Amino acid sequence: MPTYYETEVTSRLMLGTAQYPSPAILAQAFKRSGAGIATVSVRREAGGERAGQAFWDMIGDLGVRVLPNTAGCHSVREAVTTAQMARELFDTNWIKLEVIGHADTLQPDPFGLVEAARILTDDGFQVFPYCTEDLVLCERLVEAGCRVLMPWGAPIGTGLGLNNIYGLRSLRAHFPDLPLVIDAGLGLPSQAAHAMELGYDAVLLNTAVAKAGDPAAMAEGFARALEAGRLGYEADPMEPRDMAAPSTPVLGRAFT
Amino acid sequence: MKITVNGTTQETAAPTLDALLQELGYGAAKVATAVNEDFVPAAIRPEQRLNDGDRVEIVAPRQGG
Repeated sequence: MPTYYETEVTSRLMLGTAQYPSPAILAQAFKRSGAGIATVSVRREAGGERAGQAFWDMIGDLGVRVLPNTAGCHSVREAVTTAQMARELFDTNWIKLEVIGHADTLQPDPFGLVEAARILTDDGFQVFPYCTEDLVLCERLVEAGCRVLMPWGAPIGTGLGLNNIYGLRSLRAHFPDLPLVIDAGLGLPSQAAHAMELGYDAVLLNTAVAKAGDPAAMAEGFARALEAGRLGYEADPMEPRDMAAPSTPVLGRAFT
Repeated sequence: MKITVNGTTQETAAPTLDALLQELGYGAAKVATAVNEDFVPAAIRPEQRLNDGDRVEIVAPRQGG
């Protein structure tokens, strides 16, 4: 199982906590999938509202580790301050670092991401950067102190799957010992299985589960796909080939 | 003085961030704070003086992806 910053987790699934039809269904999705990490955020709260406390209590009941994000931050300063507020609220050094660079694609700003990762690492954070599959960016993030990388499969919320297999495979080859997590863009369990077959360590999902007709069933579907894909990866798959090769013995065939 | 709290401009006489939180009814709520985009740890709030035009952010745990 993956180990993030010396902490081993019991699942290859990180699950978001947003957009579910109800808190009860969210809890069912975690239970049926066995997801070990829940992503959470910080948002403005009015005096007397107490919604934060209620949400915090509900997450506590799930019995999973939390990974706060800096979702929606478009500048280094916003991301750093948000991370610091999240650390105090959630009492963890883990931060899923998002520095958004484009409003349409929600793709990371690679320059701001590296700068923020360096600042937060120096400040004692353990950074999980939401990044693209760009190899040079990922090298810079590792130089900045990141010990896990979370490249996107496709833009957040699209469900398009793994858009750049070559790039993702290249990352796996260049960082054989670093935990690699597909963060964002998955819509189907088969895509998660594919990520596992590429040798990735985990996936992070939210919309694919929360927006399914039956979120708890979809969460379990993803969990099983992750297990299947990982088994396939560890079993050393055959090499693909262009020419057909009969699997049934040719010797002894009748009529020859 | 006039300050901005979570994007809304308002009048306050609270001299410190801690006093502002009490005035606005946060009490012992689970919140984190920033003033002018800089994080202010909970322990520092009683010493964090407020000035005219300050931008205060008060956030709490929420759902996220």
